[in-house]
Amino acid sequence: MSLTTQDVQKVARLARLAMDENEIETARSQLSGIFSLIAEMQAVDTSGIEPMSHAQDLSQRMRSDVVTEANQREAFQAIAPQVEGGLYLVPQVIE
Amino acid sequence: MIESSLLQLGDALRAKKISSVELMQLYLDRINALNPKLNAYITLQPETTLAQAQAADVRLATGKADALTGIPFAQKDIFCAKGWLTTCGSKMLHNFVSPYDAHVITQFNNAGAVNLGKTNMDEFAMGSSNETSHYGTVKNPWDTTRVPGGSSGGTAAAVAARLCAAATGTDTGGSIRQPAALCGISGIKPTYGTVSRYGMIAFASSLDQAGPMARSAEDCALMLNVMTGFDERDSTSLQRDKEDYARDLNKPLNGLRIGLPKEFFAEGLSNDVAQAVEATVAEYKKLGATVVEISLPNTKLSIPVYYVLAPAEASSNLSRFDGVRYGYRAPNYTDLADMYEKNRAQGFGEEVKRRIMIGTYVLSHGYYDAYYLQAQKIRRLIAQDFTEAFKHCDVIMGPTSPSTAFKLGEKGDDPVQMYLSDIYTIAVNLAGLPGMSIPCGFGANDMPVGLQIIGNYFDEARMLNVAHQYQLATDWHTRTPNV
Repeated sequence: MSLTTQDVQKVARLARLAMDENEIETARSQLSGIFSLIAEMQAVDTSGIEPMSHAQDLSQRMRSDVVTEANQREAFQAIAPQVEGGLYLVPQVIE
Repeated sequence: MIESSLLQLGDALRAKKISSVELMQLYLDRINALNPKLNAYITLQPETTLAQAQAADVRLATGKADALTGIPFAQKDIFCAKGWLTTCGSKMLHNFVSPYDAHVITQFNNAGAVNLGKTNMDEFAMGSSNETSHYGTVKNPWDTTRVPGGSSGGTAAAVAARLCAAATGTDTGGSIRQPAALCGISGIKPTYGTVSRYGMIAFASSLDQAGPMARSAEDCALMLNVMTGFDERDSTSLQRDKEDYARDLNKPLNGLRIGLPKEFFAEGLSNDVAQAVEATVAEYKKLGATVVEISLPNTKLSIPVYYVLAPAEASSNLSRFDGVRYGYRAPNYTDLADMYEKNRAQGFGEEVKRRIMIGTYVLSHGYYDAYYLQAQKIRRLIAQDFTEAFKHCDVIMGPTSPSTAFKLGEKGDDPVQMYLSDIYTIAVNLAGLPGMSIPCGFGANDMPVGLQIIGNYFDEARMLNVAHQYQLATDWHTRTPNV
């Protein structure tokens, strides 16, 4: 299977990965190779087979609706790239 | 002292033949001398280590010591440890000093074990050679021109070179077993859900499982006793009674039924590995086991299935790394979208980006049924193969890896070639079964060969018994490299 440049550009945008033309071309050729490997799956007849999403057939546990985490704002903000006045800084979003 | 088992170390510490602080200093000196050659560790924090050792010595002096109190363990750098730099092998987390402990770290801390350092790994555990680490390739201690395997390559090299008493690893598609095989040590990936994933940086959540990597099956059993147990912070943690994984170590193997999957001995397996594994099976027959041929017909499909499911889960898990609240922030950007794209493009390495792209593609509109759903259906077929096989045998054996350690750079340009090297290990993760690797001889160029032992769900104690009895009869696991 062969991917187009447009396919790769679209995926890179969805995945929020900046890529230049060379990187797109390298990714296109490597991903095409990987999807050729993946294509082996398509020949398998899986009609009537239930998809297996998990190794154990478990239902989600319920827990009481109580606060379990302590407030560690200072510890968490100490490792942030940019903070000011207790807030995380990002480029302006709203004019 | 550096050749002692965990039991022997525990005895020596409790008998005051050596203090935990002295033991740490011994290992830290050894690491200082040998790590530049191997690059097995990313982070050492000797002051933290020695302070923890002092606390262990107090505990030992007051007679409150447990089996692992005062013993130096290295932790794969995928486990968040409070106050420790935790990079996951990535530039993305080059400055991430974790504000909290993973469940596994808490379990070791509660046992009084000492954190000796954080071991190198493939970036976000994505790789089979440790060459994708942002912090440089780990070298195989048996031959420093060869890879140690991956993704827990730093751990495997550190254990093999005696740069720690034992260490932790994680295994999503073989990342404990394959490096254990390539470095000549023992390692076990337990049944999915037995070790909490809390604080273990996620790669593919339905496959990731932590486990011990050590010099022997006996050491692995002692570590599993500490690492396992229910944790409500991991929604997939299993609520089961605590068990003693060492309880069956000394059982004889009379009547053990070993299943040999014919697909594991077919085309693609190197002769030297095949010979070592066959000799090992012969040794097991001497120990009282019988052998039956079995079939795992969908083995070959496990690779395409894995390379849909694991990247799909990874693309979702790794979407959290945006460089806003922690992690790498690009020096220059214009608006918010540009900042996200540059943080991620510069913070992630090539293999990680490749897998995020595969995952994003297979989950995108129009492709979901053809890839993701189809892969999940074949995953069930693969799991059913094992259920069928275990009707005829108690454990399954075969090679862990199709070859011994390959040369650094040998599979660098072609990701597909690298992916194919996980052919024998991936299906075990897809099914959620326990699997282990133990050293079983040497192949070409005197490189170690690993025997894989696959057990039924929750059958770790039996697998450790099977491994331990072999290690009582042979001495492969005691061989050490000349570093």
